[in-house]
Amino acid sequence: MRSTTKVAVASAAAVLMMGTAAYAQKTVELIKARGELVCGVSTGLGGFSVPDSAGKWTGLDVDYCKAVAAAILGDGNKVKFQALTAQQRFTALQSGEVDMLSRNTTWTLTRDTALGLNFTAVTYYDGQGFMVPKKLGVKSAKELDGATVCVQPGTTTELNLADYFRSNNMKFTPVVIENLQEVNAAFFSGRCDVYTTDASGLASIRKNDAPKGKSDDYVILPEIISKEPLGPVVRHGDDQFLDVVKWVIFATVEAEEYGVTSANAAKMATDTKNPGIKRLLGSTPGMGKALGLDEAWAMNAIKAVGNYGEIWERNIPALGLPRGVNNLWSKGGIMYAPPVR
Amino acid sequence: MVDAAVGAGVPKRARSIYDKEVQGVVWQVVVLAIVAGVVYYLYSNMVANQARQNITTGFDYLGREAGFGIGESWTTYSPASTYAQAVFVGFLNTLAVAIVGVVLATFIGISVGIALLSRNWLVAKLMSVYVNLLRNIPVLLQIIFWHTLITSERFLPIPREFLVENGPQPLLGSVYFTRRGIFMPIFEGHIGWLGALVGLIVGIIGAWLLARWAKRRMDDTGQQFPAFWAGIGVLAMCTFVGWIVMGAPTTVSYPSIGRFRVSGGMTMTPEFLALLLGLTVYTSAFIADIVRSGILSVPKGQIEAGRAIGLKESVIMRKVILPQALRVIIPPLTSQYLNLTKNSSLAVAVGYPELVSISNTTLSQTGQAPEAILIMMIVYLAISITTSLLMNWYNARIQLVER
Repeated sequence: MRSTTKVAVASAAAVLMMGTAAYAQKTVELIKARGELVCGVSTGLGGFSVPDSAGKWTGLDVDYCKAVAAAILGDGNKVKFQALTAQQRFTALQSGEVDMLSRNTTWTLTRDTALGLNFTAVTYYDGQGFMVPKKLGVKSAKELDGATVCVQPGTTTELNLADYFRSNNMKFTPVVIENLQEVNAAFFSGRCDVYTTDASGLASIRKNDAPKGKSDDYVILPEIISKEPLGPVVRHGDDQFLDVVKWVIFATVEAEEYGVTSANAAKMATDTKNPGIKRLLGSTPGMGKALGLDEAWAMNAIKAVGNYGEIWERNIPALGLPRGVNNLWSKGGIMYAPPVR
Repeated sequence: MVDAAVGAGVPKRARSIYDKEVQGVVWQVVVLAIVAGVVYYLYSNMVANQARQNITTGFDYLGREAGFGIGESWTTYSPASTYAQAVFVGFLNTLAVAIVGVVLATFIGISVGIALLSRNWLVAKLMSVYVNLLRNIPVLLQIIFWHTLITSERFLPIPREFLVENGPQPLLGSVYFTRRGIFMPIFEGHIGWLGALVGLIVGIIGAWLLARWAKRRMDDTGQQFPAFWAGIGVLAMCTFVGWIVMGAPTTVSYPSIGRFRVSGGMTMTPEFLALLLGLTVYTSAFIADIVRSGILSVPKGQIEAGRAIGLKESVIMRKVILPQALRVIIPPLTSQYLNLTKNSSLAVAVGYPELVSISNTTLSQTGQAPEAILIMMIVYLAISITTSLLMNWYNARIQLVER
């Protein structure tokens, strides 16, 4: 009896002494120890993050998870994907359930501060649009007064929608469903007149989720009502991991500028005379050490998923979207990376 | 002095650690300390992690502008309203579906429960299928089933189609069944309806007093009085008088179908209908079984005794069976009511804007998870405790009074 008392008291004391040690470890160390990166992605948005029938994830957001895993662990396949709804994503990241979020998430001030999160860099410049059935005969979003609108909760989309209708003195009825597949079904069955989300999302949903052969029955209206810079997110309080994710993204953009691809990266590292490329690929050491990673960090990332242009070409054109502002700054877009030096 | 002498006679017992009483106290203190320690650990862990990540805390956000729209609301709400108002809208929507659901489920449940004991083989078997089928299908599936059924393009039109010539026609001239919900006429808001409500309440009190008087008279003199029908009369009279006195409003607001919006009339959205149908049908299956078991718990001799003294079957049901069956029925019924209320949170699956749905939106817009969840817990606890108190009070009233 008395020994059980001792055990009880000791365990209570131990619990108290453990205190708040839960997150003392650095994320990079944690990922190395675990042997895989846990990456929060969407529940299925074609072109960005979507699992195939075999459970293999593809998409632009997925490729950035792989790039980060490759930079830290040397292998782009050591990623565990965690599908999260719009409402689950921030709690999952805050609580440490995922290491990073790569889930078509818009960079806003509140999220970057009060939510305890840090946005790393923009991987896709997007904007919010509206999609309607063609037979509705609507040509502009300004004609939508009184419409019923399908929207996902907990998104910037939901707020922009209310802002847009308010500032144009129009009324709307929201139909708010958390599960992406359920919202899609509600819109395509005619529960709503209008579907609103990021223009890329609309293109993806129109192509992949409309009833078979009915994609052309829906049009995306010309108005883009907001700026939606999308990119990976990490937690406050770990500067190293923030730097790693940020610079992996920059490295893919820099690689596209230099013409470094997944195919020629290994050859370029030894053959090139360009000091910029040498620094990027680790032939000239220093960059990896500064990030606390192996010198081959960028080389591994690029070998795993390619440069930004390759990532784009693999995932986005199939949705029928032009490169537009997401082109390199040198080619008329706004995609621009600070120098790796 | 006598006490002191007696006390002095008994030697003072030494308290040892092997004493049962001492051990009891020690164990309680230890358990309490462990529980308090774990709670403190979890709380301090949360606070420290939030501080380390610079997450904003506190309830200030409730006063800020919500900025999102809500599909249906019993109060005036716009995106310019505050988060607190948004959560309140969710609370009212939860209450609405819970109250309507409890009333309907009770009504259907009692009917099915009595039918389960029917001497008609077909009726009894059909009801048994109803109960066993519905209570064994998860309620979430049932809610999604109804939502899919209502919003499927295979069955119902959308409002716009009523504008087309040779399109579908509304039922009874102005009831529209559509994929966007049911649109029907309703009396326009008027103070007269408040008058009718006050009249109804006065009527209920009047009918209750009348029933009490009738019972006392019967106990004293044995004379019968048709208290039920007289009560209904009093109720109808009071309601009618309240309505007349306050202006006798008769203006009806009819739904009018526009290109996008349906204005006027009353709307029941597919989300509300799906949730209500799912919860009601599921819970009614449980209630039916509770009612059946309650009735069966009354000894057969009681019914035979009632017949022997020449009571009518309806009187036996009302005066002999039900008062005894209710004692068995009420406690499990209470927990069914609580289940229905809590299951209404499954509405997130179909997008009915109830408490959990709106709290979740608030949570992800502000990132203040512990606060939003705390508010949800407190509200559900308050609803549940209120329901329990009401049902316990009723249960205590109908318990057998030992004489």
